[in-house]
Amino acid sequence: MSTAALLAPRAALFPSLGAVYRAQLSRARVARIPLLFVATFQSLGIMVMMRGVVTTGSADAVAAQDVVAGSTVLVVAFVALNLLAQYFGRLRATGGLDHYATLPVPAASVVLGTAAAYASFTVPGTVLTAAAGCALFQLSWVHLWVLALVVPLSGAALSGLGAACGLLANRQEIATLLGQLGMSAALLLGVLPPSHMPTVIRWVRDLLPSTYGVEALARTFAKHPDWAAVAVDLAVCAAVGVASLAVATWAYRRAATRA
Amino acid sequence: MSTQATPAPPAPAPPAEICCKVTGLTKAYRSGRGAKARTVLANGDISLEIRRGEVFGLLGPNGAGKSTLVRQLTGLLRPDQGRIEVLGHDIVRHPDRAARLLAYLGQESTALDELTVSLAVETTARLRGLPHPAARSERDAVLAELALEPLAERPLAKLSGGQRRLACFATTLVGERPLLVLDEPTTGMDPVARRAVWAAVERRRADRGTTVLLVTHNVIEAETVLNRVAVVDEGRVIACDTPGGLKALVDGDVRLDLVWREEPPTHLPLVAALAPRAAVHGRRWTVRTSPDEARDLVAQVTGGPAFAALDDFSLATPSLEDVYLLLGGRHEGLVK
Repeated sequence: MSTAALLAPRAALFPSLGAVYRAQLSRARVARIPLLFVATFQSLGIMVMMRGVVTTGSADAVAAQDVVAGSTVLVVAFVALNLLAQYFGRLRATGGLDHYATLPVPAASVVLGTAAAYASFTVPGTVLTAAAGCALFQLSWVHLWVLALVVPLSGAALSGLGAACGLLANRQEIATLLGQLGMSAALLLGVLPPSHMPTVIRWVRDLLPSTYGVEALARTFAKHPDWAAVAVDLAVCAAVGVASLAVATWAYRRAATRA
Repeated sequence: MSTQATPAPPAPAPPAEICCKVTGLTKAYRSGRGAKARTVLANGDISLEIRRGEVFGLLGPNGAGKSTLVRQLTGLLRPDQGRIEVLGHDIVRHPDRAARLLAYLGQESTALDELTVSLAVETTARLRGLPHPAARSERDAVLAELALEPLAERPLAKLSGGQRRLACFATTLVGERPLLVLDEPTTGMDPVARRAVWAAVERRRADRGTTVLLVTHNVIEAETVLNRVAVVDEGRVIACDTPGGLKALVDGDVRLDLVWREEPPTHLPLVAALAPRAAVHGRRWTVRTSPDEARDLVAQVTGGPAFAALDDFSLATPSLEDVYLLLGGRHEGLVK
């Protein structure tokens, strides 16, 4: 054989991340709108249900804050964790990963671009849920701007987890199961006030990354939020996000070139 | 004064430049679980060379090991043993280089299904390293070349199977690569789309010397578009030559196809005598024989009582399917 041919250049991280993000975002128009609606509808339904148990005003103020924050972050868990796990599970099971694996792109660009798109899918649902929750439980809207931090950071943590579940599962059904379990845990442990839970359940709740997004948001409904605690909660989300997205990237490489 | 020109001896043909060289490639996988697990040999000691600028085919039925071989060539699967060189690069040691040397069209389109044709092609171009303006201009050029412009804004999932396949083929053409690896690219396509595919391939071969590795189980396609073909069966290459060279192996024989209206009239001595020699596919009987005997058989079948039971008959020169059978390939699986 003659001398080796010149290799075409690799695609750089950020341009390819942007291309994946844009392509994934466009899928919402085609396939994701019904499920995004379900995600929001589920959270609105839970808040309406809880409104029957939790009263407005100072007596149940903390419980109301937890319900609204939990329902809001649940939208993120539904989409970024559950749907993303299912998406990557399907892609892996059907050989769809081959398309990306035979393109000269960094693994991180595929995982981060897709995770970022799924986190973005949650924006309308979280804003609508938080706004509706504030109206329903008469909570303050003043600090809802914090959603601009809660959604991307808890989105990073949960989508990283969802991507890792989808890419590590060796069967599509397992990916679906893991996604559903993760979302159910976020629902069951995130919406109800932790003060009413047994200690062991609270420990389990503390292990869930979604909890820190819920707590950060819940704290900002107070008249004088403890911003330091909010920052710590968000930092936990960010740290889990970095770790889970790193695991997801490793899982993608493993799944794309499985031998 | 006269000079006498001495004819120079013909220069030896320059050795064809090799694009892809596979040596002793072996891949086995485990099938089943626990005590029932067994090792299946997907590829067994495969060696072949693909020359630059040729359309090289892998022909064989489903499950013959063609896709496994291709997945190893594209760096998606690591062989257990053997060596793969693509354009001078060791793909076993550096599987990541494959994406920078070749474009691959796999059998699945799930990664692209929910994108519009236009965005699927443009995104693939971006992921092949093209800057934004170049990706857009290549997208427009390829969509025009394959007459996909009317479908550009439709999602792949909403297209017919053939249209979707053509859109996926379009993604392999953006961000030029010297080697195209196409796994059954024309499945489900109508003749117009097929022609568009082969015209696009031929254009790239003529203009840029692009090499094409084509996986197919379609005999007609293999005979029409391939320069050389490797016949694959049960994980092994059982022959490798030009389609003409391979067909020369069965030169002299012809194929007689008899299609019966209902049950074959085996009570007739002529039909009863043919039965053990015929390959039966439903109501179709295929007999391979010499031209003289074939003519004689046609005369007897069409001139006697068997003709009343006959729906159709044909006499054909050998195809690659006949070669495949002669070489010991299994009977089913190739598409005529």
